[in-house]
Amino acid sequence: MSLDVSRWTIDDVHRALRAGEASAAEICSAAFSRIAEENPKNNSFLAVTEERAMARAAEIDRRVASQEALAPLAGVPVAVKDVILTEGIRTTCASRILGNFVPPYSATAVQRIEAAGAIIVGKTNCDEFAMGSSNENSAFGPVRNPHDPERVPGGSSGGSAAAVAAGMAVVALGSDTGGSIRQPASFCGVVGVLPTYGRVSRYGLVAYASSLDHIGPFGRSVKDVATLLSVIAGRDPLDSTSAAVPVPDYVSTLGEPVKGFKIGVPREYFAEGLASDVRARVESGLKVLRDLGCEIVDITLPHTEYAIACYYIIATAEASSNLARYDGVRYGYRAAGVSSLSDMYRKTRDQGFGTEVKRRIMLGTYVLSAGYYEAYYRKAQKVRALVTRDFNKAFETVDAIVTPTAPTPAFRIGEKTADPLEMYLSDIYTITGNLAGIPGLSVPCGWVPVPDNGGASGGRKLPVGMQLLGRHFDEARLFRLAHQFEMAGGVQ
Amino acid sequence: MRITEKDVLYVAGLANLELAAEETARLVADMDSILGYVEKLNELDTTAVEAMAQVLYEAPETLTLREDSDRPGLPQEKSLGNAPESGAGQFKVAKVIER
Repeated sequence: MSLDVSRWTIDDVHRALRAGEASAAEICSAAFSRIAEENPKNNSFLAVTEERAMARAAEIDRRVASQEALAPLAGVPVAVKDVILTEGIRTTCASRILGNFVPPYSATAVQRIEAAGAIIVGKTNCDEFAMGSSNENSAFGPVRNPHDPERVPGGSSGGSAAAVAAGMAVVALGSDTGGSIRQPASFCGVVGVLPTYGRVSRYGLVAYASSLDHIGPFGRSVKDVATLLSVIAGRDPLDSTSAAVPVPDYVSTLGEPVKGFKIGVPREYFAEGLASDVRARVESGLKVLRDLGCEIVDITLPHTEYAIACYYIIATAEASSNLARYDGVRYGYRAAGVSSLSDMYRKTRDQGFGTEVKRRIMLGTYVLSAGYYEAYYRKAQKVRALVTRDFNKAFETVDAIVTPTAPTPAFRIGEKTADPLEMYLSDIYTITGNLAGIPGLSVPCGWVPVPDNGGASGGRKLPVGMQLLGRHFDEARLFRLAHQFEMAGGVQ
Repeated sequence: MRITEKDVLYVAGLANLELAAEETARLVADMDSILGYVEKLNELDTTAVEAMAQVLYEAPETLTLREDSDRPGLPQEKSLGNAPESGAGQFKVAKVIER
C-alpha cells in the first residue's frame, strides 16, 4: 500500500518526518502520485515540477538525517498560483501572452516559503491574469470542482483551491483582488485567507489591480493557513506597499479564548440574492460561534450595494495601466507578420489576451480616458472611501464580522459566461474586503445539496464557506475564531 | 446606448488593441451594460468625501521606503532571456525610424 498524504496537514508531515515514518522524498512522491491521478480530472496544474521538487526533498531529508530542527514548512508540498513568479519555472498567468515566460527571479513569498523548507509541486491554473470568478477564463482550459466536475471551482485562484481540496498539495498560495482566494475556498471546501493589504509582499506577483491585489494562503485547516501566513507575512524592502507592522505568532494564539468577542452580522449580506440553504448553513455557523461564547450583534454596512460598481471601475482602470506592459518587446508572445512597431503591439495584444482581459482593459481605458476620469474613476475612489468608512465604524463596536463567503455554492461550468455582469455579482460579499484593505478568511461551513438535483450531479453535495472579516492587521483574531469554530466541529 | 462602435474603436486604439469585428460588437454591448450598471454610484452624494487612492494605516511617512543603497540588478543575459527577439545586447523590434 503506497503512502497517502492527501488529507495530511503540516503537523502530519512533520510528525512523520520526525518519527522517521516517511521521508520528505516519500511524502513528495505521494503528492505527485495524487497529482497524476487527480489532475487529469480537474486540470488544476499548468506545470508540475517533479524533478526540482524531488531534489529539494532530498535536501530536506539530509537535514532531517543530521538532526536539524525542522523549518516551519520543511517537506511540505505546496502549490503556487501561476500569477506568482517562480525563478526558472514557467509562469504564464494562464495567458497566451505569457505562454513561454520563464521568470528570472522568484516572488518574495516564494523565496520565503522555500527558505522555510516548502517543496513547490507545481503552478496552478487560474483565470487569465487573475481576472474572473470561475476559472473559466484560463487560456489553458477551465479547472473542474473536485466535488462535482460539472461545476466551477471558483476563481480566480481555482487551481490552488482545487489542488488543496483534492489532496494534491498540503497548502497553496493564491492571490485575491476581489475574492479570488476566499470564493474558491468556499466553492472547494477549504480554508482561504485574504491577509490585510500590506501584510504580504507582492514583489513578484504579476500585477492586476495594485491597490486591491493580495497574496494569501489556502489549506485544509485553519492552523495550516496560519502557519503559511506567518512565513510569508512581513515587511519586504522590494515592495514599498508592504507594511512595517510586526507579525504576531499566529499559531501560538489559536487556542486562546474567544469568549466575549463581539461578532457583527451585517444585514446587507443576508438580503436578496443569498441562496436559502447557504443562509441556513451560515446561521448554523453563527450559532457555533455563539456557543463558543461570542456575542452576535446586528450591524449595518450601508454602502455594500455600491461595492461591485466601485470595484469594477477601480480594478479595470488599474488593470488597463498594469497590462500596458505586454507589448511583445521584452518578454512573452509576439505576433508574427507585422508591418510596423505599432501594428506589432496591437496584433500581439489582440492575439495574446483572452476575452475577459480585453474587456477589462477596454473598460479601464474608457473610465480613465479624457472627460470620463472624474465621472468614473474619481467617483469610484470616493465611494471606496465610504465603503471603508462603513467598516471602520462597525469595528468601533464589533471585533469581527461574519457573512456568507459567496451567495451560492459552486455554479455550473458555462452558467454565467454569457453575461459578464452576472459573473461579477458572484463576488458581492468578498469585494468589500479588498476595497477596505481589511483581512478576511473563508472557513468551510457545511454542505448543501446540488441545487438542480438531476443529471450526473444527482445526490452530490457542495461545500459552503463562512467569511470572517477583521480590523486591519488583526488576522490573529480571525484565525482564533475560525480554529475554534473548526475544533468545535463547525457545521456539518 | 451610452457606448457606440465608434467609442469602442477609439478606446481600442488608446489601449493598443486590434479588435475583430465580432469582438467590437460584443464589447459595445458588454461595456454598455457594465457602464450602465456602474451609474448606480451617482445615487451617492460624494462632494464632501475625500477620494481613497490606496489603503492607508498609521505609520510615519518614510517608513515604507527602503534604504537608498546599491544592489545588483538582473544581468543582461537574464534580462534578455525572455525576449522574443534580441541581439547585440538589445531588444529588437521592427524598424521605427525611416531614413
